[in-house]
Amino acid sequence: MVTFQFVPYHEIEDLGSARRVKRLIDIVKQNKIVLLQGRLKEEEEADLIAIAMEEIKGKFKGIELAVINPEEKSKEGLKRLRSNFYNLVLGDRQGLTIIGPASIVKDIKKDPTKIELLTKEARNRRK
Amino acid sequence: MINILKSFISKVLNNLFKKKKNVRLGLYGPPNGGKTTLANRICKDWLGEDMGDVSNIAHETREIQIKEQISIKSKGKELDFNLVDTPGIATKIDYEEFVKAGMKEKKAKQRAKEATKGIIDSIKWLDEMDAVIIVLDGTKDPYTQVNITIVGNLQARNIPVLIVANKSDLKKSDVKKVQAAYPQYSVIGISAKYGNNIDKFYEGLFAIAG
Repeated sequence: MVTFQFVPYHEIEDLGSARRVKRLIDIVKQNKIVLLQGRLKEEEEADLIAIAMEEIKGKFKGIELAVINPEEKSKEGLKRLRSNFYNLVLGDRQGLTIIGPASIVKDIKKDPTKIELLTKEARNRRK
Repeated sequence: MINILKSFISKVLNNLFKKKKNVRLGLYGPPNGGKTTLANRICKDWLGEDMGDVSNIAHETREIQIKEQISIKSKGKELDFNLVDTPGIATKIDYEEFVKAGMKEKKAKQRAKEATKGIIDSIKWLDEMDAVIIVLDGTKDPYTQVNITIVGNLQARNIPVLIVANKSDLKKSDVKKVQAAYPQYSVIGISAKYGNNIDKFYEGLFAIAG
């Protein structure tokens, strides 16, 4: 069985970068797949990878990560500027970030509005 | 007064004619894209020696490697830089993948441990770069989250970027697909292994770091 945990943006918006990343990694380490509303900042995404590397031990082999933001390309001119301003002030709540443990999620493919999440077979996961 | 004037003129002239020195040029990308092969190509072309070992097994480069004071010339211009070859960035490391590739378990576990540290170092070093070449395997999907995260981080730090679609000698290579994925950047298709299109690459280098 695969468990998904939805994390609304308001749950992380008041946290500092390090605590945001830690919170998400802690969920993933419980063998759950995180569905985060919106996306992290670019630097936080890099931190997420670095922290995942630090946490690799035993059954935890790292993460699979994908960000889907279908509206990003469709916006032009003023709409894009306005959206960037809101994102700067309120955080980027558009789209979806998927973070799963690499021991469960084999690959995440984007299309770009469709997501395919390939999981590992249960017998392989028990190794 | 004359001394002050002399010093001022000297400073202005120095700034006008001095070459940009000690630019730190980083090679970034996912594992097995050909970063070290490209580093070796650059070092061989301009210093006559290799920089590091290459392998078909991922994460061969697990430590930051620096080659200092490389000087390249193109169309009458000269560029001096320190080349920084970084370990490939990945989101997961499984020693069993190395075992599958033929390594002994103990060695594979050690390689995995060193690879995780290498990735952390690569990310830490992002802030130290003056310009970056992102080396992608032109035969693979360019839209991976690791690639997007690397590009996004360099963009956020205002670091000039040149994207290389490597392995253009292979039939499956698709430079146009890489260009379509990152239209805001200059993308050059090369074969670091055979030196295909390498002159165009050096011109691109001047554009971002010259």
